[in-house]
Amino acid sequence: MRRLRPLWFGIAAFALLVVMWEVYRRWIGEWLDTRREVGSVLGFKLLPRSSELAMPAVGDMLDEFGKPEVRGSGTSVFEAVLAATFRSFTLALAALALGSLVGIGVAVLMARFKVVQRGLMPYLVISQTIPLIALAPLTVTWGGEITIFGFEWEKWTSAVVLGAFLSFFPIAVGALRGFNSPAASSIELMDSYAASWFQTWRKLRLPAALPYLTPAMRLAGSAAVFGVVVSEISVGLTDGVGYLILSYLQEGTSRPAKVFTAVMGTVVLGLLMAALVAAGDRYFSRNRPKEGIA
Amino acid sequence: MSELAVQATGVGKVFNAGRPNQVDALTDVDLTVAPGEFVSLIGPSGCGKSTLLRLIADLLDTTTGELRVNGKAPRQARLDQDYGMAFQQAGLFEWRSVSKNIELPLELKGWDKAKRRARAQEMLELVKLPDRGDAMPWQLSGGQQQRIAIARALAAHPPLLLMDEPFGALDEMTREHMQAELLRICGETGTTVVFVTHSIPEAVYLSDRVVVMSPGPGRITHIVDVGLGRHRDDDTRETDGFYDKITEVREALRGSRVAGARGIEDR
Repeated sequence: MRRLRPLWFGIAAFALLVVMWEVYRRWIGEWLDTRREVGSVLGFKLLPRSSELAMPAVGDMLDEFGKPEVRGSGTSVFEAVLAATFRSFTLALAALALGSLVGIGVAVLMARFKVVQRGLMPYLVISQTIPLIALAPLTVTWGGEITIFGFEWEKWTSAVVLGAFLSFFPIAVGALRGFNSPAASSIELMDSYAASWFQTWRKLRLPAALPYLTPAMRLAGSAAVFGVVVSEISVGLTDGVGYLILSYLQEGTSRPAKVFTAVMGTVVLGLLMAALVAAGDRYFSRNRPKEGIA
Repeated sequence: MSELAVQATGVGKVFNAGRPNQVDALTDVDLTVAPGEFVSLIGPSGCGKSTLLRLIADLLDTTTGELRVNGKAPRQARLDQDYGMAFQQAGLFEWRSVSKNIELPLELKGWDKAKRRARAQEMLELVKLPDRGDAMPWQLSGGQQQRIAIARALAAHPPLLLMDEPFGALDEMTREHMQAELLRICGETGTTVVFVTHSIPEAVYLSDRVVVMSPGPGRITHIVDVGLGRHRDDDTRETDGFYDKITEVREALRGSRVAGARGIEDR
């Protein structure tokens, strides 16, 4: 099965990572710890020492999944991580949806009106230089003050908006390039049919933009995940997997392997999003020639 | 059908008027095309033949003079879809099946699905690709794609077909075959054609009249009446009359090139 090849490579790469982790923590890291002079150049330690606290065994991490989340609690770590990951996934999906909507909307306006493109583009670029951490607390203060159509602004709204804020940019840029990609003769053809601007957009520019939207969606998907996970921590949204990392980290000395369960949750979250985008691409480009723009 | 398909009186087109990069693309063009006639525009690059085609199509506005298409202002003719258009690149939409590509102009006119389907099939039969309706454009050869582009241009049964070097990207054999096919299609449908080309034999083989143009500024220098009759086939290409007309067009082009050499570099 040729199509499954990337999957096998992915699994092999993951296995290699586990092996390297184990080899380092078991032998190299501890050995370095006993021999201070090795691995140092001009007195700087280049290779990190490791300990049980910094690099817990992979087996211990897996064991953690089965343990109760807190002593005496009925929910296991696995259930807690799963629930938090699912929660973050729905938020990231909402962020991606909102980001796509805004990104495509902005791109349509920019493609339609050259003035908008010239005026708006610098602000779009600037918007992406604002650190998310700086924006997050600001959006939280909107809570309780902003009500849109009877809809209350809550902490999860902040996470979604911040995820969307990161993801709309690649979509806006990709969509704009795509909308402007048709050949001049194709545009003339639509003009010769006396097609309206909207008809030309719907029948020509939008489908022509699809190959440009695929890589944009891939970037936007990971941006949405990143935005949501980071803003969970900044806005104090306690039920997502980002916040779970922070709270498990509090037990770094007593249960050092526990935090890695939440980290794995974010990895799964990222993979889920990538798989979803890939599936969407496969569906929408099913009738397209196989070679397209990369 | 008593209206002239195209009637140009003193038509001129100036790009970037009043600016340093002003270009006189066309000056003082007088041309009439009768219904059912096949007229080719030929000339070196920059002679304004594509500009003239785009003026007729209302993709550009005339600067001076009067232009009527099917007895109407070009804008009205475009709004009424009185003409179909085909370009050098077939320009089929790769995300649409062959049938859906042919249906595009009908969709824009708001035809219902059953009517569109029937017409697309009729057009597929006209261009002799009746079974390729469900194929995707990339599965077709260059010549087949160009046939579909012609089918698309004629789908709404416009009385006038405007073609901008439609066979320019095809190999010689396919090209001659497509020329014969185009004559057959136009004969069957009674379509008027204005055809832009670089090729002298192509212009002579296809046309009732060949309009020879020259650059700097773009204008019509000669109009050659071909007069080889309506019925033309591969044997036509080997008759003396065919060669005589090729020579006549070539000399008209050469004459215009000498005349056009004033003030511009000619390569």
